[in-house]
Amino acid sequence: MKFIDEYRDGRAARQLIEAIAKTATRPWVIMEVCGGQTHTIVKYGLDEVLPEGVELVHGPGCPVCVTSLEMIDRAHAIASRPEVIFCSFGDMLRVPGSRGDLLSLKSRGADVRVVYSPLDAVALAAKNPARPVVFFAIGFETTAPANAMAVRVAHARRLSNFSVLVSHVLVPPSISAILQSPGNRVQAFLGPGHVCTVMGTSEYEPLARHYRVPIVVTGFEPVDMLEGVLRAVRQLEAGRAEVEIAYGRAVRAAGNPDARKLIDEVFEVCDRKWRGVGTIPKSGYRLRWEYRDHDAERRFEVEDIQTCESAACISGLVLRGIKKPRDCSAFGKECTPQTPLGATMVSSEGACAAYYAYGRHLESRAPRAEV
Amino acid sequence: MCLAIPGRLVETSREDGMAMGKVDFGGTRKSVCLEHVPDAQVGDYVLVHVGFALSRIDEAEAHRVFEFLESMKALEELEVPSP
Repeated sequence: MKFIDEYRDGRAARQLIEAIAKTATRPWVIMEVCGGQTHTIVKYGLDEVLPEGVELVHGPGCPVCVTSLEMIDRAHAIASRPEVIFCSFGDMLRVPGSRGDLLSLKSRGADVRVVYSPLDAVALAAKNPARPVVFFAIGFETTAPANAMAVRVAHARRLSNFSVLVSHVLVPPSISAILQSPGNRVQAFLGPGHVCTVMGTSEYEPLARHYRVPIVVTGFEPVDMLEGVLRAVRQLEAGRAEVEIAYGRAVRAAGNPDARKLIDEVFEVCDRKWRGVGTIPKSGYRLRWEYRDHDAERRFEVEDIQTCESAACISGLVLRGIKKPRDCSAFGKECTPQTPLGATMVSSEGACAAYYAYGRHLESRAPRAEV
Repeated sequence: MCLAIPGRLVETSREDGMAMGKVDFGGTRKSVCLEHVPDAQVGDYVLVHVGFALSRIDEAEAHRVFEFLESMKALEELEVPSP
C-alpha cells in the first residue's frame, strides 16, 4: 500500500542504520513513546540491529495497557446490567479486570459489542432508543477528536440514551513523570506521531527545553523509526535538545486545529490514574459539565471498587524505561498474553506482550544481528 | 491503539450535516468522517484513525527521507578518492 510499503524498504533501513552507527560516538538511551512504535521495533528487531550502545527503551504509550484496573472493573459493572449495550474498541475487551474480561461477560449473556468507530456506537444508540448505550472512550490525544465528535453528535441529536465511560490519557504529562522519576535513564524521545498529528508540537517545546531532551516526532514504520533514531542521536551528539518532526507527511507543527478545537469543546483536563504508574496530575480528559448527561460515571452508580495488582509485576518500571520485559521473573512464565499480570502484557502494544509475541521469552539474550 | 492508516479518498458526501467520505485502503473501502480535513479532495491520501481522517498526507514530505538517503549516497560517492 502506498505510504506504507516504501517505509518498510530494507535498503533504506540499512542506510539509516549505517548513518546512526557513523553518528553515535557513545551510548545513548532513547525512549519510543507509543505502543505502536514498540510493536514495530520488536516485530522488525530494530533494537537488535542498532549499533552497540544505542539503546531503545519502551514507553507508556499504549492506552489499553495504562487504563486502570478500577476503570476496567467499572466498565465490567456497567456492562453487566441487562439493559445496557456496552461498546468498546476490540483490544479493550480482552483486558482482564478483577472479575474477568468484557469478552467473558459477553459469553455469559451481557450485550457487549465491538465497534470500529465511536460514531458506530452513536448509531447503535439511535437504533435502540429504549436501551442505554455506553461507549468505553479510551485513548490518547489521537482518539480524542473521534470520541469528542461522538459525544457532540449524540448531544446535538438529543440521544439521551448515549453515554461514554471516559478514561482518556495525555502524553506530555507522562513524559514529565518519566523524566522526574528516580532512576530515569531516558536521554531522548521518539515522539508520538499520531498524537502530534492532532495536537502538534507546541506542548513538547517546553519539555525539551526544561529537561534538556531531544524530542523527535516519529512515525510507525521501520524507516520512520530509524530516521527518528538518527535525528535523536544527531541532536544528542551535538548537545542539542529540540523538538523535530521526522513524520512530516502526517504531522504539522500546529497539529490539526479543527480537531483540537473540538476536543477543547467537549473535554477538560483532569488527573488520571495510570495502570502500573499511579496517578499523574493533569494527565487525562474528562467530559465538560455541559456534556455531563452523557457521562456514564454519573449515570451508573457502581459500588466501591477494590482492586489488587500482582506483587510480582514490574510493569511500572518497564513503562518508565527503567526495566525491560526480560528483567521480570514472571515474564513468559506466570505472565503471558493469556494470563497477564499487569499493564504491559494486557494488550498487543504493551512492551511485554510485543516481546512475547515475537518469541523473546524463548531467548535468554537476543543475539545481535549483523548489519 | 493509536494506529492510523493512510488511504485514498475516493468519494465525499454529507451525512446528518457531517462531512463524510469513502476511503480506499488497498482495496478495502471504509466510510470515514472528514470533518477535520476540510481541504482534502478526492484523490488525496488521508490518515485515518477509528473512522476519522486526522490529516492529509503531504506527498512532498513523504519523499523527503528518501531524498535525504539519496543525497547521503551522493555525498559518500564524492568521498571516494579519485584514482
